[in-house]
Amino acid sequence: MNKKIMELKTVEVWDGNMANSQAFRQADVDVVAAYPITPSTATVENYAMFHANGYIDGEVMMTESEHAAMSACVGAGAAGGRVATATSSQGLALMIEVLYQASGMRIPVVLCLVNRALAAPLNVNGDHSDLYLTRDSGWISIDAFNPQEAYDMTLMSFKISEHPAVRLPVISNQDGFMTSHTAQNVTPLPDEVACNFVGEYLQVNALLNFDKPVTHGVQTEQDWHFEHKAKQHAALMGSKKVILETFAQFKELTGREYKLVETYNMENADIAIVCLGTTYETAMVAIEELKAEGINAGVVAPRVFRPFPLEEMAEALQGVKAIACMDRSAPGGTVGTLFNEISGALINTPNRPLVSNLIYGLGGRDMTVAVLKNIYRTLDKEAKEGKLAGKIQRFVGVRGPELSFYDVQGVQK
Amino acid sequence: MSTLVNTQKEIKNLKSFSTAAERFEGSHLLCPGCAHSIIVREVLNATNDNLVVSASTGCLEVCTAIYPHTSWDCSWIHIGFENSSTAMAGVETMNKALRNKGRISADTPQPKFVTFGGDGSTYDIGFQWISGCFERGHDFMYVCLDNEVYANTGGQRSSSTPIGSSTTTAPAGTHSYGEKRQKKDIVSIMAAHGAPYVAQVAPNKWKDMVKKIQRGFDTPGPVFINAMSACTTEWKFAPNQTIEVSDLAVDSLVFPLYEIIDGRELNITYRPKNVIPVRDYLGAQPRFKHLFKPEYEYLIDEWQKRIDERWAFLQKREEIRM
Repeated sequence: MNKKIMELKTVEVWDGNMANSQAFRQADVDVVAAYPITPSTATVENYAMFHANGYIDGEVMMTESEHAAMSACVGAGAAGGRVATATSSQGLALMIEVLYQASGMRIPVVLCLVNRALAAPLNVNGDHSDLYLTRDSGWISIDAFNPQEAYDMTLMSFKISEHPAVRLPVISNQDGFMTSHTAQNVTPLPDEVACNFVGEYLQVNALLNFDKPVTHGVQTEQDWHFEHKAKQHAALMGSKKVILETFAQFKELTGREYKLVETYNMENADIAIVCLGTTYETAMVAIEELKAEGINAGVVAPRVFRPFPLEEMAEALQGVKAIACMDRSAPGGTVGTLFNEISGALINTPNRPLVSNLIYGLGGRDMTVAVLKNIYRTLDKEAKEGKLAGKIQRFVGVRGPELSFYDVQGVQK
Repeated sequence: MSTLVNTQKEIKNLKSFSTAAERFEGSHLLCPGCAHSIIVREVLNATNDNLVVSASTGCLEVCTAIYPHTSWDCSWIHIGFENSSTAMAGVETMNKALRNKGRISADTPQPKFVTFGGDGSTYDIGFQWISGCFERGHDFMYVCLDNEVYANTGGQRSSSTPIGSSTTTAPAGTHSYGEKRQKKDIVSIMAAHGAPYVAQVAPNKWKDMVKKIQRGFDTPGPVFINAMSACTTEWKFAPNQTIEVSDLAVDSLVFPLYEIIDGRELNITYRPKNVIPVRDYLGAQPRFKHLFKPEYEYLIDEWQKRIDERWAFLQKREEIRM
């Protein structure tokens, strides 16, 4: 190794981007190939600065587009080393073709996706439309709700992605600006401890191993394609075990505990929201304040978005009478993703609560404690009355006339 | 130049060359008479070094890597249509990183990195990726298999398709003579990147080609090779006429053979003893047959004039050494 060790304080003040950059540095990534885009740019800028100052002995490759960045990641990963990149929004949209190729070719890559709205209209702020665009791409997708978690998740992503039983790329998500640009206390691991935790890269079918020539990226038609995709899905589903093992090892090392499904105050809750990202922590505040009103509410969030923790989600939501699934993405002519996932998780279980779908926070529109309290009050009313307070899908916090869709009053039980 | 070539494999004659150890196996699904396989063998057989090869989606890729088979006895990767250059840039960068870190020992011989793409993936859809790789200066050789058409998908026009050619998306008809645009000058464009070595080759002129490939392998940095690949299926000549048609292409100067060093120094590497008329080259390929109707004959004359001017230009560039 020809690189300097960085002396870190016990507690650092990092934003989400710096948390990613430091995790890359400590994971001793061999090639980072990237292209700048708001709000993930700083992840790569910080890393380039580490490189310029001798803290990195891997390569930094600044490509001419995000598509090229991911293409280079796949090539470099297939060559036989650790690779990572970061992007947001349009950048993710441009690289989406290669996302499917990376997972189909079973190349471990870590992608820090700093969630941002997709144009048009052009918008640089946080929502989950880019995260949702990756839904069926075959990547493991993990969500961080604050900078500490961004550091933890990005570090763990390498270990999960490269596990021999997994060999699938991983997205480490965080909310644009709300996490990526909000500096908070972060407790990092010392360099050596973090590096040892991630472990050495294990080469599999490396292009640079000339003793055993390998053909990567073959064609399969109707005779073999289905088997490949089925096996890939099985590996993605099987990654759950490795994710849980990694979470357990991380807890042992840091004391910080992560679960496939994160819950707050769900032990005795009558009502719950399901959400992703920073809304989880805002809901925690709302839940505490509502206790004075006699409302017993909870919040549930998938820490791991793919593979979707369907069983754990069903388990977590067995005790509630009304749920609002909150989707921070324009639903594009149907119900939101979380509504679909949660309804699917519950449909075959004993508890069949009322489930509504709230579309909120598009393009970085604030989701405040006050708004969340109102959402919980509505849920409380629904739980008590045993019926939805309106149509299934409602837009929350948008100006103009009230906007709601899908009315099943006529066919309700 | 000779000192450079000496570090490469010695190639005495065509027989020894054609029987060299194969890393591109004979078994593949390319059309009988396809020049792609000739070009690929001439490139890979020019070196004994370890090889990583990447390919764009296209004829070469779909005919050589159909699971559970492979025609490649070397490290090989395909990702997509447009990004074979960048895939190789990733491999080359990883090689550098692992050497920096000592995970590949310093005494391990350096491999060669070669990328193959058709004209569709070179002139059109993959151009940005190639341009990026050349600007960043990755140490690899990009070989364009230029058959002037999207052959893998049934013969659609590309920006390499020459004027007057009939393709499925710019067909000749009662109101059209086919392609309206002149072929893009990819060699000049790549030389303008300041690439250390850019050359145009044709597989029928194998000695010239191997010399250039070996020079390319010995040149640090990005090398661009535009290889004429006569296409029996889309140029519509008989499969046993590939070399004859290729000879017509270079001897009519439609495909002049030359190289450009460091973006400046141009050398013409083949001067036909008897330059044949462009008309003879066009006449050998039914993709141009409508040009021989009286109303389109003027296009053949224009073409001849263009080729003459281009040849004069190349000779002038060579002469002034800049």
